Amino acid sequence: MVEALKAKFGEQIVKSFSFIGQNQIQVKKDRIVEIMTFLRDNDMIPFNFLVDETAVHWPKDEEFEIVYILYSFLRNDRLRIKCRIKEFEPIESVVSVWSTADWLEREVYDMFGVRYANHPNLKRILLPEDWTGFPLRKDYNYRLQDVEWVRKHLGIESGQKYYVAEARAEEGDYVTPQD
Amino acid sequence: MRIEFGVRHVELMKHVPSPKSAIRNSQFAIKFMSTNETLFDATEITVSMGPQHPSTHGVLQVKLKLDGERVDDAQCVIGYLHRGVEKLGETQTWGQFVPTLDRMDYIAAVSSCLGYCETVEKLLGITAPPRAQYIRTLMTELNRISSHLLWLGTHALDIGAMTVFLYAFREREEILKIFENYCGARLTTHMFRIGGTQYELYEGFQEQVKAFTSTFPARVDEYETLLTENRIWIGRTRGVGVISAKNAIDIGLTGPALRGSGVAWDLRRAKPYAAYSDFQFDIPTGEHGDTYDRYMVRMEEMRQSIRIVNQAVDKIPDGPLMAKITKIIKPPVGDVYHSIEAPKGELGYYLVSDGATMAYRARVRPPSFVNLQALRQMVIGSMVADVVAVIGTLDIVLGEIDR
Repeated sequence: MVEALKAKFGEQIVKSFSFIGQNQIQVKKDRIVEIMTFLRDNDMIPFNFLVDETAVHWPKDEEFEIVYILYSFLRNDRLRIKCRIKEFEPIESVVSVWSTADWLEREVYDMFGVRYANHPNLKRILLPEDWTGFPLRKDYNYRLQDVEWVRKHLGIESGQKYYVAEARAEEGDYVTPQD
Repeated sequence: MRIEFGVRHVELMKHVPSPKSAIRNSQFAIKFMSTNETLFDATEITVSMGPQHPSTHGVLQVKLKLDGERVDDAQCVIGYLHRGVEKLGETQTWGQFVPTLDRMDYIAAVSSCLGYCETVEKLLGITAPPRAQYIRTLMTELNRISSHLLWLGTHALDIGAMTVFLYAFREREEILKIFENYCGARLTTHMFRIGGTQYELYEGFQEQVKAFTSTFPARVDEYETLLTENRIWIGRTRGVGVISAKNAIDIGLTGPALRGSGVAWDLRRAKPYAAYSDFQFDIPTGEHGDTYDRYMVRMEEMRQSIRIVNQAVDKIPDGPLMAKITKIIKPPVGDVYHSIEAPKGELGYYLVSDGATMAYRARVRPPSFVNLQALRQMVIGSMVADVVAVIGTLDIVLGEIDR
C-alpha cells in the first residue's frame, strides 16, 4: 500500500510507520485530496470509511497535525493519515471525498482555528458564531473564556479573559505538570 | 406537532431574538424566524424547531426550511451543551478523566468508560484480567439494553405511542437497580478503572441478572405486539428517513443506523474487544434503511445482548480484578486510536500522550455527532412530522454531541 502511494505521489509521502500495531502514514498537505481519493478508490485496500478527522496542536513547532482515521470494510483495517500544517496555513478540505468530513472539519476549525479551503460551510459548530478564541489550542488555558460574550449573552461575570499574548506570557510555553 | 399559522405569530417574530439567545426567553417550542412571502402565499418559510422542544431529546435546534408541510432544508444548530470535555481531558490525569466521560453519553455511561479505559490500556500495553473483562462485557451489554429501552420509549412517545414508554422504563429500572447495587450509581456509573474494574460483584448478582434475563425476552415480544404490526407505527416509520448503504458509509453512520441500511458491521465482531470473542451472537440488519428497519434492528439487538449476558453470567472466571499498573499512570510517548461499539455506534478515542500524567490531546469520536449529520440528508423531501421520527431513530444524546 505504502509502495503504491509512494509510486503515485512520490515526495508527498513523508514516512510510514507503525506504533503499537497501528499503521500511520505522514503526508504533505499539497495533494491531500488526491491522496484521500486514491485511498478511497484503490483496488488493493479501499479505505472507504472516514472514521474521524481531528487535529493536534504542537505550539513548539507552530504546527497543527491534522489526523485522518480511515477504515477499510474489506480488510477490516484502520489507517491513520497525518498531515502537518503551519499556523495560518489553509489545508484543502476533504468534504468532496467523504461527506462525514463536513462537521468534523467544522469542529476542527471551531476548536483550533484551522482554515479549510473549499469547505462548503466553514462556520463554528459547537461554540457560538461570535465567540473569540479557539479553545483546544495549547495557549488557551481551560479557565479562559470570551468574557465579553458571556457578559453580553448570559449577563454574568465569569472566567478569565482570553488574551493570546497575556496568556502566553502567564503560562509560558506549554509545560506539563509533573506528578 | 402543531404549527400555529396566524397573523399573531408573524407579528411576534419581529421581536424574536437571534436563535442562539432564543434559548433564554423561548416561550414557544416552534417559532417563525422569517417568512419571505405574504401570509397565505408563503412559498418558503423558515421554522426553528427547538432548542427546547420535547422531541429533540435535549437542546438541539433544527432550522427547517418548509414548503408547506414539506422540508426543503434542515440545518442543525448544536453546541448548547458544550462543556469542553476534550479540553478537560488535557487538564485531568488519565484516571481522573474517566468520570468526566460518564457525563458525555449519560444514557450509556458504561460504554464511554469502557472505551476510554481500553484505549489507555492499549497505550500502556496492558490488558485487564479475564474476570474484569467478563464483568465489563456483562455490564456493557446490560447498558446497551437500557440505552435501547430508553430509545424505544422516547422514540415511540415522539411518534405517539405512549404505552411503550411506561413498559420500557419498567424494565430499564431493573437494569439500573443492578448498576446501583454494583457501583452505587445509576447513570454516571464510573464502573471501570484503567487496568480493570474497581468493585467485586455483590452477593446475589448472578441471581438478579438471571431473574432479569429470564423475563426480558418475553417483554421484548410484548413491546413488539404494541408496535411491530401496529398500522399507525408502520405508517409513521416505513419509508421514513431512508438512507442507502452507500450514502450511510459516505456520511459516516455507524451502529444500528448503519446496520439498518443492510451493512452487517459491528465492532464487537469486526474488532473484538473486552471478552466479546468468547460469545456467540448475531448481527441483525435491515433491508431498506428506513426508520422501521432501524427499529427492528435495535429490537433484535436487545435479544442478542440478552444472549451475550446469559453466556457471560455463568462463566465469569475467578481471579484478580485489576491488572498490575503503577499508581501514577505515565504512558509512553505516542498516540492511539481505539473504538468500541457503543449503543449508538462507533465510540472512538484518539489519545496523544507526551509521556506525562495527563493526555496531550484527548479526542472523542462521538457516534451521535457523526450520525446526526445524516439528519439533513434523511429529512429533505419528507414531512415536518417525519423530522421528529428521524431524530428519534438516529438515537442521539446531546451530551455526547456537544461534549
